[in-house]
Amino acid sequence: MSEARDQILGSIRRSLKRGPLEETQRAGLEQRLAAPRRNLVPARAAALPHAAQIDLFLKMAEEVQTTVMRVARVGDVPAAVADYLSQRNLPSRLVMTPDPQLDDIPWGDRPMLEIRRGRAEDRDQVGVTACFAGIAETGTLMLVSGPESPTRNNFLPETHIVVVRGKQVVASYEEGWTRLREKAMPRTVNFITGPSRTGDIEQRLELGAHGPRRLHIVLIDDEAAS
Amino acid sequence: MQPTSHAFKENAREALGNANLQKALTLMRSGFPERRAAAIARLPEFEALREEAKAIKNHVLEHLDFYLETFEQQVTARGGQVHWCRTPQEARETVLAICRRLDAKTVTKGKTMIAEEIALNDYLEENGVTPVETDLGEYIIQIRKEYPSHVIAPAIHLVKEQVAASFRATHTELDPNRRLEDAPTLVAEARAVLRQKFLAADVGITGANFCIAETGSTIIVTNEGNGDLTQTLTKAHIVLASLEKLVPTLEDVSTILRVLARSATGQEFSTYTTVSTGPRRPEDTDGPGEFHVVFLDNGRSAMLGTEFQDMLRCIRCGACMNHCPVYATVGGHAYGWVYPGPMGAVLTPTLVGVAEAGHLPNASTFCGRCESVCPMKIPLPKMMRHWREREFEKQLSPAAYRYGLKLWAFFASHPPLYQAATALMTRLLGWFGGPRGRFRSLPLAQGWTQGRDMPAPEGRSFMSLWAERRKNGDAA
Repeated sequence: MSEARDQILGSIRRSLKRGPLEETQRAGLEQRLAAPRRNLVPARAAALPHAAQIDLFLKMAEEVQTTVMRVARVGDVPAAVADYLSQRNLPSRLVMTPDPQLDDIPWGDRPMLEIRRGRAEDRDQVGVTACFAGIAETGTLMLVSGPESPTRNNFLPETHIVVVRGKQVVASYEEGWTRLREKAMPRTVNFITGPSRTGDIEQRLELGAHGPRRLHIVLIDDEAAS
Repeated sequence: MQPTSHAFKENAREALGNANLQKALTLMRSGFPERRAAAIARLPEFEALREEAKAIKNHVLEHLDFYLETFEQQVTARGGQVHWCRTPQEARETVLAICRRLDAKTVTKGKTMIAEEIALNDYLEENGVTPVETDLGEYIIQIRKEYPSHVIAPAIHLVKEQVAASFRATHTELDPNRRLEDAPTLVAEARAVLRQKFLAADVGITGANFCIAETGSTIIVTNEGNGDLTQTLTKAHIVLASLEKLVPTLEDVSTILRVLARSATGQEFSTYTTVSTGPRRPEDTDGPGEFHVVFLDNGRSAMLGTEFQDMLRCIRCGACMNHCPVYATVGGHAYGWVYPGPMGAVLTPTLVGVAEAGHLPNASTFCGRCESVCPMKIPLPKMMRHWREREFEKQLSPAAYRYGLKLWAFFASHPPLYQAATALMTRLLGWFGGPRGRFRSLPLAQGWTQGRDMPAPEGRSFMSLWAERRKNGDAA
């Protein structure tokens, strides 16, 4: 359909009353893309010291029905996960992404947790993943896809538990992009702000429309170590 | 779908008498505007972000050819494919061809207004492919064979009893005696039914809130997560997008995202903002094997350079309809096509013609709320006025209206005559109004007096009062 392509581009140029862009104009636009500049970033999170950004991240997450738990050490994560599940009568069988970020957690300390590492399937009710960053501004999780972090694990299980390190918390989406640009762009970047919801029936907020009904953050306060 | 915008007046009258619709609209009137106001009050930079968002989109529109070409290069470089479609028919055929090549039986769909615009579902069904809407609101209207009445809340015209009845009629494999009376049970049932559809589908179709030229990425913004399951679990991800969805960089889209959710639902950020770039990578264990972006023009390239160019900044947040007194009274279906409310009143005449949709830009009180809440600062009332001018020029409005307007214009351009005539009319009407001071009916004004009395003038015109004050020297 190159004919359609040429016609559409031709129609755009005709409407704008010009031909194809001049070389210098193109170069300017290409430069704008090659070195992306940040626009206004709200002061809400950006103006805070990092410890306060972590507090804000958790506070904003709780506002949108995410539950949060702070632990002091990596070693505390298995107990935090096990307690969370037992308090809510949720199954202790869980699917965990093969993400190396989760490898240093001593899951063996909680033998009651039945862990399978891999891709989530429809039958999996509880999932554990790591994340790429936490955005303080709106309590948003930033997750990226890859061989060790399949996207479906963020959506299929009814309960999604995310392990976040304190040093992963950044102020803004822009800081998330800056960190991601140090790597290659993955197939999928998920910004997740709270559990799945819908207001499609009489504008009444209901959780768990298609994605997780529960979203739980376990945050490791690793500031001292980093 | 066949537009019924020409029947706006009849549609509106019917809507006013529809009890379920009026109940649903009452819920909407308070909900969206209050939540938006609260979210904006929490972000001191909101106005500045609006200006930036507007400037970004204006920049894109001035260089749309460059950004589209760059986007295509980036998509191709990452293993995806861009398809260019001038018309709805070309877009439908492009989607069907992909489905046929993959031998697709069912496709799941995330919410896409472009699919509504090109009536994709009907076309796929006619050609043996079963489309399944997965956004809860879209699913509800699909099984009811309706079209959306709101750009972000497609089933906002319905009450839960209607949804329950439709679920019972459609999910006949489930226990007919099950409880299904409140929102939680309805949502749970839809979740269970649609989960199986996600797992069985061959192709996933979503819209795009934005297309990023820098990376060749498309972005969807949802609350349910349906778009994500749609595009993650299938063999191919087809993105339907109109040309104006382009945004230069990830930084630029971050700015626009900050005004989108707050304007739409009053959320700080929507639950899921998903950036998709190409098909699954070789080592990935999930994701679609193919990534297609289908661009639809359908008259948009011709809007550039005209008085309607600003409309192409629209990000489909729905704030204009959430704050519109006309929309809040008659709902979205009265507008007779897929885009309702003030944005529809401007866009629909462009896409289906002013002869069909000329009533829509007239269905406005020009109160200006739509423009004042629009995150992209689109001058919607001004553009509705442009449509009224075009309708007048094309002699599409009724003869009585056109001659009346011409008569008024004659008097208005002759001030002494105008003042004499209005002074006379004021006195006459005041006299005829009698002691009650109001009219039950008036010739040429039945449209007004059918619904309410017309107050009679109190004897003097504003201009003569004004002249008297000036003469007395007390007009400061």
